[in-house]
Amino acid sequence: MSAPNRDYDPVEVTPLHPDEVERFRDEALAAIAAASDLDSLREVRLAHAGDRSPLALANREIGALPPQAKAEAGRRVGQARGAVTKALAERETRLLEARDARILVEETVDVTLPWDRAPVGARHPLTTLQERIADVFVAMGYEVAEGPEVEAEWLNFDALNLGPDHPARTMQDTFWVESPDSGLVMRTHTSPVQIRTMLTRKPPIYVVCPGRTFRTDELDATHSPVFHQVEGLVVDEGITMAHLKGTLDAFATAMFGEGITTRLRPSYFPFTEPSAEPDLQCFVCRGASVGDPENPCRTCNSEGWIEWGGCGMVNPRVLVACGIDPGRYSGFAFGIGIERTLMFRHDVRDMHDIVEGDIRFTLPFGTEV
Amino acid sequence: MRVPLSWLREFVEIPDTESARDVADALIRAGLEVETVETVGVDIEGPVVVGQVLDIDEFEASNGKTIRYCQVEVGEAQPRGIVCGATNFAVGDKVVVSLPGAVLPGGFAIAARKTYGHVSDGMICSVRELGVGDDHTGILVIDADAPVGAPAVEALGLRDDVLDIAVTPDRGYALSIRGVGREAATAYNVEFRDPADVTLDVGVASPSRPVALPDPTACDRFVLRGIEGFDPKAATPLRMRLRLMLAGMRPVSLAVDITNYVMLELGQPLHAFDAGKLAGGIVVRRATMGEQLETLDHVVRDLDTDDVLITDESGPISLAGTMGGLTTEIDEHSKDLLLEAAHFPAVGIARMSRRHGLSSEASRRFERGVDPELPPRAAARAVALLVALGGGRAVGTTHVDLGRAPVSITIAANHPDKVAGLEYGRDVVVRRLADVGCEVSADGDRLRVVPPSWRPDLTDPNDLAEEVIRLEGYDRVPVALPRAPIGRGLTESQRLRRQVGRTLADAGYVEVIAYPFISSSVFDALALPADDVRRHALRLANPLSDEEPFLRTTLLPGLLAALRRNLSRGVANGVALFETGSVYLPDPGGAPKPPRLGVDRRPTDAELAGVFEALPREPMYLAAALAGERMPRGWWGSGRPATWSDAIQLVRDVAAVLRCDVEVAAAEYAPWHPGRCAAISVDGVLVGHAGELHPRVCAALELPARTCAAEVDLSELLGHAGGPVQPSPVSTFPVATQDVALVVADDVPAAAVEAALRDGAGELLESVRLFDVYAGDQIGAGRRSLAYALRFRAHDRTLTAEEATAARDAAVAEAVRRVDAVLRS
Repeated sequence: MSAPNRDYDPVEVTPLHPDEVERFRDEALAAIAAASDLDSLREVRLAHAGDRSPLALANREIGALPPQAKAEAGRRVGQARGAVTKALAERETRLLEARDARILVEETVDVTLPWDRAPVGARHPLTTLQERIADVFVAMGYEVAEGPEVEAEWLNFDALNLGPDHPARTMQDTFWVESPDSGLVMRTHTSPVQIRTMLTRKPPIYVVCPGRTFRTDELDATHSPVFHQVEGLVVDEGITMAHLKGTLDAFATAMFGEGITTRLRPSYFPFTEPSAEPDLQCFVCRGASVGDPENPCRTCNSEGWIEWGGCGMVNPRVLVACGIDPGRYSGFAFGIGIERTLMFRHDVRDMHDIVEGDIRFTLPFGTEV
Repeated sequence: MRVPLSWLREFVEIPDTESARDVADALIRAGLEVETVETVGVDIEGPVVVGQVLDIDEFEASNGKTIRYCQVEVGEAQPRGIVCGATNFAVGDKVVVSLPGAVLPGGFAIAARKTYGHVSDGMICSVRELGVGDDHTGILVIDADAPVGAPAVEALGLRDDVLDIAVTPDRGYALSIRGVGREAATAYNVEFRDPADVTLDVGVASPSRPVALPDPTACDRFVLRGIEGFDPKAATPLRMRLRLMLAGMRPVSLAVDITNYVMLELGQPLHAFDAGKLAGGIVVRRATMGEQLETLDHVVRDLDTDDVLITDESGPISLAGTMGGLTTEIDEHSKDLLLEAAHFPAVGIARMSRRHGLSSEASRRFERGVDPELPPRAAARAVALLVALGGGRAVGTTHVDLGRAPVSITIAANHPDKVAGLEYGRDVVVRRLADVGCEVSADGDRLRVVPPSWRPDLTDPNDLAEEVIRLEGYDRVPVALPRAPIGRGLTESQRLRRQVGRTLADAGYVEVIAYPFISSSVFDALALPADDVRRHALRLANPLSDEEPFLRTTLLPGLLAALRRNLSRGVANGVALFETGSVYLPDPGGAPKPPRLGVDRRPTDAELAGVFEALPREPMYLAAALAGERMPRGWWGSGRPATWSDAIQLVRDVAAVLRCDVEVAAAEYAPWHPGRCAAISVDGVLVGHAGELHPRVCAALELPARTCAAEVDLSELLGHAGGPVQPSPVSTFPVATQDVALVVADDVPAAAVEAALRDGAGELLESVRLFDVYAGDQIGAGRRSLAYALRFRAHDRTLTAEEATAARDAAVAEAVRRVDAVLRS
């Protein structure tokens, strides 16, 4: 680099001569245009835009010019370098496009090849259906209560107004643990969880109790000795059957879609009075198949309604056995079978598929129902 | 209860326009569970007529059967020749004849055909062929006054509808035409003619035998009626037989048929004794120790001192309200009868029926409650029929009635409104209670209600509310939502359990839900030692299968069975399963029996504790099992078999979900391979095992070699779940990596080496990862080289090479000190 010099005439400094700057620029542009691939363009960039390129060297000379000459020389060199930089960028873009077009085609793969090197598993639909139902009620403010499967006879029967000689007790086909007078049974319903809840909590009580239950039914297409229920229990001031109906309707809507309702048929359970059996409006035909043999509905057998469980107002005797004042509080309870719900919701035809653990049945359910 | 509709219409003016299905729907709305509606007699088509047998030519066919070739008058110019294989009819009997061209139920077309050497020009019909019953033992002989040649369906009333009603335990009264009729009358708002309204004094001549009722809890009312000169050969009218058959009972003899008919009509079980076989007076009492009775089903029963017996001087003659004794049974010679109609309180009969495993038409009614006002009425009705149809005469009545405590319930007049959430108003409440037979008297805002004798189930205010609400219709109840307080959502444990399931599913495991019933032989197959605590299992008193009476103490039997089932079905080259569920662990010392508590108040906490202590421990376990390919072979190359390490890693993954630090150590524990089994602990507590199963266990359970499994106590693990995560501050300074290879003896666990490195490296260590395990000649026998990548980083500065090296050296030094490691250079 030349030393600073106040009297220096920039035109006299060779590299800064307009013709020279123009030549440097033209040579660079020609070389850029001639670069045929990204590698040669890299060399061109080094030669014509690098630190040792003629234009870079010329640029350095500007600092040595007297102040009055700097502006003019700076503008001239700057424009030349700008043109080179722009050409380089444009050329690079074009060469990249060309390379991509070529190489990425070469790299084409068969995207339909499977990559199931780590097959995923699944949760059992009985589990996920129980969770889904529980979530409906948790969203309404309920809590999920649980209890043991080997249960005290008093909790499974007596406290539920099923005294030792109650005829309904024989209806339940109970598995007795150790001996029929051990006082221990495999719980025949999840209702003892309601009793446990009422014994340990003060109203208002809003709980839902999913769980496994047992009755001495042989396994066949629609029965299993081991099955699952979800029960709901509400005990509060001023609870009426209207609240039971509203809750069942909300449940039906959440599970089966807007507009699906329930209806109640009178029935009998010792632990509720009045008692009812809820029917679910058929969520497939919505009743359209009734009286229309041309378009039968397999889900509801063209009856328009599907039997869905049992329910009623908590028998005040049950409240008394749990230490809750029936003069102040009333409640409702309902229970539905999970297997049955799974069967009609997902068109499962045979209970064997549900209980045998064959992964071909379970896998399609994934981790949610 | 099977209800022929023609029988119901006899007492209720149901509009003719109402079909059987309409009636069923009306009863369903009223709370009777009508399960099916059957129609009989409608699928009989063509010429089916009343015929009279004129002549019988009986011969033995070549196949040894006795065959009859009969001439039957059917109102045509000539009698018809008909071949028949039954022999329960005689010349002169009237029968139902299907002529050629007729079609019987089931599409059974009748044509003239040659058989046994004769042309059979029609068929003499059995009960089953006509579709009115199941009896196929003989042909149906009909009443002598049936007009020959008349179409049989119309002439005999073969066409009917049958409603099959599942009667709930509270509705004993509905086990009768009378009870169902009353509901139908209310549903249609029409008059009900009570079949129990009968004249009570039919031919009472003199007192019958003495009757004593020493125990009012066993029997509080007893009517004994004598009949003499009864014709034991008298036939039961066809209509009565048809109704019995449609109701599901088998016609036997006139006397028995009448007792059954009246029971079905009124709901009062009756029993007829052969008077000649009884000795002296009747006493209804509890059994004494050692007594026995042979019942009508030919079973000799050892009696319990709680059993209720009808006795005479000879001892027990009947299990009260359940089944009669054999010695006093009426037979084809019984001319003098004693008819019993009694009221037995429900509890005694329920217990006895359950104790003897004996459920009869009578016991089903008594244990649900029979109207105590019925015995004299039902007896009168039955006696009238026995006299009219069997030619006997009523000779005496003994009637003992100890009475029953009157029941009255006082409710607020608006109680049903408050239960339903709907204002019925006082008038509706009073009217509906009257509809079910209650006597209602007003007392200010309150109603005093006396339920009818046939409704022993009405005891509480809510029972009365239900009657009002159901008769007004459940569909009238409005829809409202209660206002629940703000809930707390799922518990931590509930949320974590869901996440455990998702984690395992994501890792390729499929959930199964196995039955918890196991055999004891599976403990041997699992090679559990004789004193293994898992062999101490609860046993069901009444298992479905005698092979599997025990309640599981480990999830492995059910899970491994499911694994075997999947593999034998060839569902995939590799199967990985998991289950979370209860195991039932009885107290090794034996638990106390739970106390029997009352229900008239909340038990005390101490009483409840007694109940809870009697229960077995029931932790939730998690188990997994896998065999075959873990990673499948594919176009990318070969696959990878499931190994012991998969089983152990899944436990680590689950522990990570629960944020607990597990320690893994070698263990020997059945049913695992002694060299490939890990004991898993958390906070020093053993929570389970994982690894490869013992080869002998795989063989015994017919599982592939190298099947792997894990089982942990999920409840225990959940108890150690970590709190909210508190991550270390993230340093943005550069990392310094250092690799070390340490040679250690074979029996030094990698976990110990890593722990030493961690402890020695100090707080600059960000992570340590084992990336290679090598054993071979360069190292020497009995030793292996473990290669670790160490990453160091400081929070506040860029580490110098010297600092990183010093930390690494400290790590190695600790490994040298603890596990005798040698740094491999």
